[in-house]
Formats: sequence, C-alpha cells, structure tokens
Amino acid sequence: MVAESVLATRETSWSEAVSQEVDAILAASELGNLISALVSKGYAVIGPTVRDGAIVYDQMESVQDLPAGWTDEQAPGQYRLKRREDGALFGYVVGPQSWKKYLHPAEVRLWSAERQGGTFRILNNEVKPKAPPAFLGVRACELAAIAVQDTVLLEDKYHDPIYGARRSSAFLIAVECTQSAPTCFCRSMGTGPAVAAGAKTPVDLVLTELLGPKGHRFLVRARSERGAEILDEVKTTPVTDADLHEAESGVEKAASQQVRSIDNAGIKELLYQNFDHPRWDNVAARCLTCANCTMVCPTCFCTTVEDTSDVTGDHAERWRKWDSCFTQAYSYIHGGSVRTSGKARYRQWMTHKLAAWIDQFGSSGCVGCGRCITWCPVGIDITEEVRALREGASHGNP
Amino acid sequence: MATAVTTDPMLPQPYLVQAVSKETPDTFTLKLTSEDEPNGRSFRPGQFSMLWVFGVGELPISISGNPAEHKQLVYTVRSVGQATNALVTQRVGAGVGVRGPYGTGWPMDAARGRDVIVVAGGIGLAPLRPVIYEVLHHREDFGRLVVLYGARSPRDLLYRQELAAWARQRETQVLVTVDYGGMSWRGHVGVVTTLFKYARLKPAQSVAMVCGPEIMMRFVARELMTFGLSRNDIYLSMERNMKCAVGFCGHCQYGPHFICKDGPVFPYEKLRSLMEKYEL
Amino acid sequence: METLERIIAEHEFFAGLESYYTGLLVGCGANVRFHPGTYIFKEGEEASEFYLIRSGKVALELFAPQRKPIVVETLGDGDILGWSWLLPPYLWKFHAHAVQDTRAIALDGKCLRNKCEQNHDLGYELLKRFAQIMERRLEATRLQLLDVYAVR
Repeated sequence: MVAESVLATRETSWSEAVSQEVDAILAASELGNLISALVSKGYAVIGPTVRDGAIVYDQMESVQDLPAGWTDEQAPGQYRLKRREDGALFGYVVGPQSWKKYLHPAEVRLWSAERQGGTFRILNNEVKPKAPPAFLGVRACELAAIAVQDTVLLEDKYHDPIYGARRSSAFLIAVECTQSAPTCFCRSMGTGPAVAAGAKTPVDLVLTELLGPKGHRFLVRARSERGAEILDEVKTTPVTDADLHEAESGVEKAASQQVRSIDNAGIKELLYQNFDHPRWDNVAARCLTCANCTMVCPTCFCTTVEDTSDVTGDHAERWRKWDSCFTQAYSYIHGGSVRTSGKARYRQWMTHKLAAWIDQFGSSGCVGCGRCITWCPVGIDITEEVRALREGASHGNP
Repeated sequence: MATAVTTDPMLPQPYLVQAVSKETPDTFTLKLTSEDEPNGRSFRPGQFSMLWVFGVGELPISISGNPAEHKQLVYTVRSVGQATNALVTQRVGAGVGVRGPYGTGWPMDAARGRDVIVVAGGIGLAPLRPVIYEVLHHREDFGRLVVLYGARSPRDLLYRQELAAWARQRETQVLVTVDYGGMSWRGHVGVVTTLFKYARLKPAQSVAMVCGPEIMMRFVARELMTFGLSRNDIYLSMERNMKCAVGFCGHCQYGPHFICKDGPVFPYEKLRSLMEKYEL
Repeated sequence: METLERIIAEHEFFAGLESYYTGLLVGCGANVRFHPGTYIFKEGEEASEFYLIRSGKVALELFAPQRKPIVVETLGDGDILGWSWLLPPYLWKFHAHAVQDTRAIALDGKCLRNKCEQNHDLGYELLKRFAQIMERRLEATRLQLLDVYAVR
C-alpha cells in the first residue's frame, strides 16, 4: 500500500524548467565526457566513491572514481560493501552521507571580527563556495530531502545565505535507483524510487542506469535549460521504447523490493497524543543517544554556534556547526537541560521528524532513505517504532 | 508563507554601551546606541534581541525599554553564567553586537479597549516593562492597568522607583510581593498568586500578560482562569535554548513551535497541553 | 457603620451558607482592632478564635533561634486568619503580627466548635470552606518552597 505523498508541492526557483523534457541515451563510456563538460563549465563535480569501506561523496577527478561494480548490503545497524557481478557504476543504494554535507556544511565560518578601540568591526562574510558544485548521483530520496531543506532554510521567515548560495549554484544530476536496500522505505513516504516528473522536483538531469542486452548505457532526461545545454555537449543516441521500458522496469523492481514502510495516516495525532506511551521507555533502553541518526539524516538541519578568539583576544570568529537534539546540551537553559533523559530526546527527534515537521513546514521531515536504521549502532528502526506506537495507542486528547 | 527576509540574519550590528546601571545585586540595565543606526531599532513590546559579546558568545535578551523611545536600545540582564556576566560587565563605550528584534510581541492590539493585567516574576518584569510604558503612553486606548509583581526578596525587586510612580497613575494598581521578606520589609510576603485576591479585576474584559519562571507562569495561568479569565486572554512569554533566533538552529523548539519565531509570546490556549508534558 | 451581619453574610468565604448558620456566626462574632505592632496571637497559645480581616495587614511569623522573626506569609483585606481553632490540638502554629492598623471581626472558635459538634451540617460547611483555604495556602507555600527565582 502506497500512502499518499506527504511532500508539499514546491516551486522550482533555481533552474528554469524546460518546456519539453529532452530524452536521450548516453553510453556508459560517454559518462566521462559528461563529467568533463561540467568541469569545463566551471563546476566541481562531486560524486560517489569507495573509501573507508563505504560509498561516500567526494570531489571527482574522473569517471574512474565511481564505485564501479560495487554494491552495499544494509540492515539495521549494518552496512558493508560487496562486489557485484557486473560493472554498474551506480549499483549501490545510499551511503552514510547525504548532499547536506555540501549544501549545509558541518562546519562553516559565519563571519570574523576584530577589535577596534572599545568596539569591533565585522571583517568578511564570505558565503560563496569557490566553484559551483555539480552533484552526480542524487537519489530520489535525496532530491526530496533537498526540497525539504529548501523549505526550512530558504522559504520560511528567514533566508540562510550559506545554504542559498550553495543551493542556487548547484547542478543536480539524479540517478534513479534500480534496487532497494532492506532499509529503504521511500515508496511509502512518496519520495521515490522514481524521480518525480514535472517542475516540482528541482533537478537538472535524471539518469537511469541500464545494463540490458543493448549494452551498458544511461537513459538521460534533461529537466532544465542548463541540463539540456550540458547534454548537447556529449554524444547521445535516440531513446527507444525498449529503453524506456527497461528503465521503468528497473525502477519498478526497486520499488517492489522495499520491505519496510511507514503508514503516515494520522501520524501527527499518533505522535502528539502518545507522549506517555510505554514504547518510549522501550526504545530509551536501547538508544545510546549517539546522534548517528541525526548526522546521517539528509533532512536534519540543527546547528549550534561557537565563538572563538585568538590568543591576543583581538580577533574573534563565529562558527556554525552541526548539532543534534540527542545531546544533553541541546536543550540547556540556565540551570539545566529540559530533556535530560534519553527517552525525552529520542521522543523529541521522532516526533519532530514525523509529526511536528508537518505543522512547521507542510510536509514530513522524513524521506524514507533508511540511513537512520542502517547507521544506528543498535539497529533502532523508525518504521518499527511507528508500528509499535500504533499498538496500544491512545486516541483521545491527553 | 511570508516573504523571506533576505539580508544575512546572522550578522550583528555593533552598538556601543552608553550606560550600565545596577538594578539588583545580580541584575543590570544596559543602554546601547549606534552611530550607524541613529534611530536605533523600533520594536514591539515582548520582542528580544540577540546580543553578542566579542569572543564570548551571544544571548537572547528581551528589550525592556520604551517602544516610543527606540533610539536607545535598553536591556535588563541578570547575570547567571559566563555569557551574561560578560555582558553586564561591559564598560561604557564597549561594543556589543545586536541582531533583531525578533519574535512575536505581547498582544497590544488584542488588549486595546480592555483592562491589562501584567503578572511578572523576578526578571520577568523586564520584558513586560515595555507593555506598561505603552499602556501609560497611550492611556486612552486601554482600560485599567493592574501590575502584579513578585520577586525572591526585597533586594531583588526591579525598577522600584518606577513601580511607585506607576502606582500613582490613574486607573492603575500596582501590587508587589516577595517570597522571603527579610528583616525590614513591611510589604506583602507570599508568591505572586497570593496577590490576585487584592487585585481589582474584571475578568471578562481583561487581557493578562505573564512572564517569569515557567512553574510560576503555569500556576499564574491556572489562578487567572480560576478568577474567570479565558485561556485565549492569557499570554505567556516562553523561553528555551536559542542559538540563532531565526528558526534555523532548531534548539528553541517547544512542541511544534519555534520559540524564536512563533513566540516567545503565546496565548495560554496554545501552551496548555504542552506545559503539562514533562521534558517536552 | 456596617453591621456584623452584613459583613459576614456578604463575605465570599461564607457565601452559600444558610442564613441560620450565618446568624450563628454573627452571634459568635465581634469587631476588633489591632494597632500596628500588636501580636494577635502567638505560637503555642490556645487557638480559640479566628478572624475575618476587614482591613490592614497581618504577617504570619515563625521564630527560630539566633534569627529574627521570619515572615512566611502576609494576609490582608478580606483574608481569613487562623484555622487551628478547628482541629486538635487547638494550638496556634505561628505568630500573627499586625504590621498595619488592622480591623477585623473576631469569631469565637471555641463556641463555634461546640456548635459544630452538635450540628454536623454546620461543621461540614465550615470544614469545607477551611479545607479550600488550606489547599490554596499549601499550593502557594509549595510554590514558595521551590524558590523559583534562584539561580541553579
């Protein structure tokens, strides 16, 4: 059962959508030229690569950096890489990192200041990254996550210029999933595995990797003017019905492989009205409050600020860093923390992610990528926690 | 969805300390001005600023001055830790970074034509002082003004001379109490809720604005309802950890509300189910 | 000059009391006045009266060794002072110190106590009302104990 999409509709502002989608077939051997075309246009291409036993995002030198022939095996609290039998370039699902690593950096300097007499002067306010990034390999769930963070950081009362500058300059190349991990549940969240058509999803190119009898190639769809321009720079061949069918089947296969799901019907009320559900004690007994889930989650956006000054005391800097609602200090106000127990902190994270987010931003904060399940050291499964809450749930007002 | 503010919300504007005066042993009032902003910054009662001390840190502090005189930004700060202590020990001429004002303010529009009940506990009188100024400045626009103020002990009372001056205004009642009287206090002793029975209240035409420690606000709200006020006419100013004040850092969330932009002032109706939840 | 009867009948503490009972109370009541500085009663004394404060201010005090008297609460216009007359051992638990010129109606607790023993309905009505006062005082005292303004 596919629950209705909880993604709010959005307007694209960054890339002008094409009036008519451009479809083409790109041979796998041509992918390197696509990357070169992006580089020659001044983009820093960032894509997946194998490092430290995982598939992570990093700056790419060439197509050789891609994790050809690798896949990932994921389960609650488990992640390992495994060799594939073919040479698929994007034959994995999702790694521990998401694109928020680049759009909403873990550490960034907000500004610096120097003393001037009794007062001070703000020195610089650099927000632009050196080269605009091109993200190669954005999954449907990751696109949805970017859209969610756009709503939080750009479309509410205030505008975050750091996110805004990186976001407006980023070129997005989505690669659809043709397989799912057991931890995936994007289907039930309405965020994938297909990259939704139409102007709602902000993306420049959408690729689907095809490994069928016609050879290793990609179905490419340009969904923006600049996406179409890049496509013009590489050799492509026309799309046939068979190509379209193969691509659709691949994505369908990924969807049908998903074993986990969240039933979002009445989820806000479920979480708001079950503050004292015994299940919270159950999960609290397991949760280490290690904050892994918030770090790997592509929509978690919480940050803290840190003030530093040099030895002379004349030069100060204000830095912004990722923070997590799982820490004791997160809810500290003079005298103590409001959420001292792990139970309160886990409950806060889950209630915010699945329920309060809807009141705050008009959609769920969860995109069903499953990273929190994979990277939780004790394998806590958010989909299982929702199911457990529904059992013995209270339906009245507390 | 409102139009997003597009200037960098994290950049402070340097202001200079014009005066620092001591209100109580641990509470000081700072007055700030800026040559770059000769008109200061206009604000609504109940709003707050983020004040930055060079190399130390930034704090959310309620604006406690007169909204009609915003050329000078006025803040009453209680020293409770490293950052607040750094703020209150700034000398005249020192630079303090200012961001804001932020937040929803007290419901001055809803209070027009009605009686205004101000209930303050401790430092909570500071964010309510602008309300008193505004009511007295536009006297014809409001009904009676009742100020109920409680502090820990007599030496912790803020704005004592002003309290006496306000008490002399027409249609204004000021009642003060302390938790611990000490040796020479001849006034009322007891928590601020014990003042209610002496207040001349007309519940059906009153709007109450409450600020103080959270437990105190909870008791006060309940007591106000016992006296007949509706939960939509009782407003509380909430507080949580704040790092950015613009809805990005996530720290100030209280249920689904961001205290920095959905608050800090909320009608009790919105808070009732939240305030009873332990460790929310 | 208001009559005792009217003051008692109209006081919110006695609201809802049948006029027969109000009449009994009036029979046990008298106007009193305390000059500033007077102790209305002292801790440990026999509690045989209670007071309906009409105007003034009364501080409830506790004496502790090596300390000046500690004011735990102050009462004013319209407050009821004293409930120890109603429950054994019928002894005052602290001092009541008139800090301002205080006018009150003193009600003969001993006499009322006997009447309550004879007429349990009257007893119930009075105990109900005093229980409410005690509950509110307890709540206020607990809040006071929390020392909410202290820095942690």
